[in-house]
Amino acid sequence: MSVGGLAVGLEVAPADRGKRLSPWVYALVAVAALVVLSVVRLLSGATDLTSAGTVQAALTAAVPLAMAGLAGLWAERAGVVNIGLEGMMVLGTFGAGYAGYQWGPWAGVVFGLLLGVVGGLLHAVATVTFGVDHIISGVAINLLAPGAALFLSKLYFSDAPGGGQKQSPRISDAPKVTIPGLSSLLADIEAKRWFFVSDLAGVLRGLTTEVSLLTLLAVLVIVGTAWVLWRTPFGLRLRSCGESPAAAESLGVNVYKYKYLALVASGAFAGLGGAFLAVSSGQYRDGQTGGRGFIGLAAMIFGNWRPGGLATGAGLFGYTDAMALRGSSAVHALLLLLGIALVVVAVIQYRSGHQLLSGVAAALGVLFGYWYFSTDEVPPELVGAAPYVVTLLVLGLAAQRLRPPRHAGEPYRRGQGV
Amino acid sequence: MRKLSPRSVLLGLAAPVGALVFALLVCAAILALTGKSPADTIDAMATATQRPRTIANSINSATTYYLAAVAVAIGFKMKLFNIGVDGQYRMAAMLSAALAGATFMSGVPQFLRIAMTIVAAMLVGAAWAGLAALLKVTRGVSEVISTIMLNAIATYLVSYLLNPARLAQATAGSNNISTRRIDAGGQVPGLPYPGSTSKVFGLIFLAVLVGVLYWFVLSRTRFGFELKATGLSESAAVASGVSVKRMVVYSMLISGAVAGLVGMPQLLGSSYGYALDFPPGLGFIGIAVALLGRNHPVGMAVSALLWGYLDNTANSLDVAGIPREIVAIMQGVIVLSVVAAYELVRRYRVRAEQQEVGRALGRTKTLEEVSS
Repeated sequence: MSVGGLAVGLEVAPADRGKRLSPWVYALVAVAALVVLSVVRLLSGATDLTSAGTVQAALTAAVPLAMAGLAGLWAERAGVVNIGLEGMMVLGTFGAGYAGYQWGPWAGVVFGLLLGVVGGLLHAVATVTFGVDHIISGVAINLLAPGAALFLSKLYFSDAPGGGQKQSPRISDAPKVTIPGLSSLLADIEAKRWFFVSDLAGVLRGLTTEVSLLTLLAVLVIVGTAWVLWRTPFGLRLRSCGESPAAAESLGVNVYKYKYLALVASGAFAGLGGAFLAVSSGQYRDGQTGGRGFIGLAAMIFGNWRPGGLATGAGLFGYTDAMALRGSSAVHALLLLLGIALVVVAVIQYRSGHQLLSGVAAALGVLFGYWYFSTDEVPPELVGAAPYVVTLLVLGLAAQRLRPPRHAGEPYRRGQGV
Repeated sequence: MRKLSPRSVLLGLAAPVGALVFALLVCAAILALTGKSPADTIDAMATATQRPRTIANSINSATTYYLAAVAVAIGFKMKLFNIGVDGQYRMAAMLSAALAGATFMSGVPQFLRIAMTIVAAMLVGAAWAGLAALLKVTRGVSEVISTIMLNAIATYLVSYLLNPARLAQATAGSNNISTRRIDAGGQVPGLPYPGSTSKVFGLIFLAVLVGVLYWFVLSRTRFGFELKATGLSESAAVASGVSVKRMVVYSMLISGAVAGLVGMPQLLGSSYGYALDFPPGLGFIGIAVALLGRNHPVGMAVSALLWGYLDNTANSLDVAGIPREIVAIMQGVIVLSVVAAYELVRRYRVRAEQQEVGRALGRTKTLEEVSS
């Protein structure tokens, strides 16, 4: 958030280690969210809110977002802002298309990852070695990558069987797994339409049926990131480069090296996200990423620069995406959910003494509630804007709880620390 | 201003020229590696240059790019990144097109009608940028993040409004949807270009005016001084009584207003209605052009012309069997290498200055010399 630029208006949250919430609180919040969902389902009759199909679609949509968010996390934790994520994802989709149709989905994934690394290295050379502003380098990569991908696609896919100037031939999908027995049992419970129990069954069925191995890989990568960055000396050093590179340098950390490594990882995950996108939709297409790199960035901010948080954000944004795909009636119920969430924020802000913010949140909450009750459906064109609106609301209404890496986005040169 | 010596001029030109040469070399290497002939590419682009139409279109593109670049540069001057020029321009073009095309406007005299359209576009652009300014000064939200989000929201809002049930209507005989066509009374006539059927946008004068105003405000007014001072050192500006929050709001609003102008030349000069074929990504081209031109009013004009020229000659490449995206690659390489080159030149200058100071001060005596 402290992207280079001006420091005006910035209030940085103090790092209060004592108030870390326990896993039980998170579990409780998840259960409460599900209760609210089932209440809304009963009220609005939108059964799709918690159906297994929706959850499956949400999972598929969430994985590329989570990978993009993870890529942003690695970069920003080492102090480099990476808005070139979108471009690196585009490189990933092309790589997956190129290798995927010739040698199968796994080759596609590896190749997409490698091309993402190329993008990450480019960002590293520009920002770390040449001291280019991070935003500018990111913008340049976003200009460069789609051009390069389309250039190569015209060269290599035009004459390939089933390919075209702007799309690759088909890629076969990665294998999918289902937990046998459990799935059909849950389907029976889901069909009963019981309050809460059926909803829980629907969500669980979505999470255990026809899950792509790529999704499992994504889960592993997120958990692995949390472990590496927060539980190993390597991670501590990497994060120290994002918090205070001068202090890290004084302790003998090679800041340049860690920034390079972080950006290689960042590019790799962005490329992976692109590859997921191409493999799960069966081919590379021009313009396939459609701003997902930016949504990933939004998910990372929503998740307060933490792996668990960004996974939640990606899940949430993937969920809206899935709802939009599955028709408008369920999306309409989301308006009510958003209204409720805003009222909750209003209460929390009021209790911590921010009357003005609380008022704004409450007013917006009432507005969304009014929108819900006065209309029958949300215009489909507007649903896609939801992740961005939610992120702006989080930034505007709860910014004092966010704590980005302190030196993210600021230039650093060895021996010139402050 | 720095004193103009041959050396400083040379150093100033070294970075952009070096970056252009580097980008040319990279693209030649890419073409050679992929089995295409660099000579053929240059040949195709040179042939396109001979057509007057290409030049007229290049000037038109450059007009648009220049306005986008100025919008970005206003922010750059005080270290504000208005990534949102793209969204601001599209919201402004869409809504002002709807206003200009509305039936009640046909009774208004031409000059007033054009002025109203342009002012409406500026207001919309400023308002959309104002949201980001508001979030920044009240909540400390980085304008980079908020304008990225606002860009995306603008995309969805525009596609929502561009619907026959709302502000648009279907064009007869095609499946393009556009706002109601602005009739002759609301259009800005183009300037004929010798030998070409396409006319040069009449609003090119608006772009020139914006450039002159940009130069004047930045170098001849107190506001411009405070803007630059804030960009150079926020703490020094605060110490000398500049309200940084106020400056953020003003510069964001002005930047947004100029961004609102970006769509005007095309809207009032050739399209006469906002449709889905309005080019996306103009805000990002603006960033590239502003960087290449170093936020200088003349420098940006030159780089806008270069950008427009590259884009319009690229069309001839596909015919020659070379993917036109080689130009996009070239533009990306130019941006990256030009900023890297500026940084290298800056480091070189600092070192040269230090050495000069060292020479002027003379050598300090070593321990032996002192004791003897």
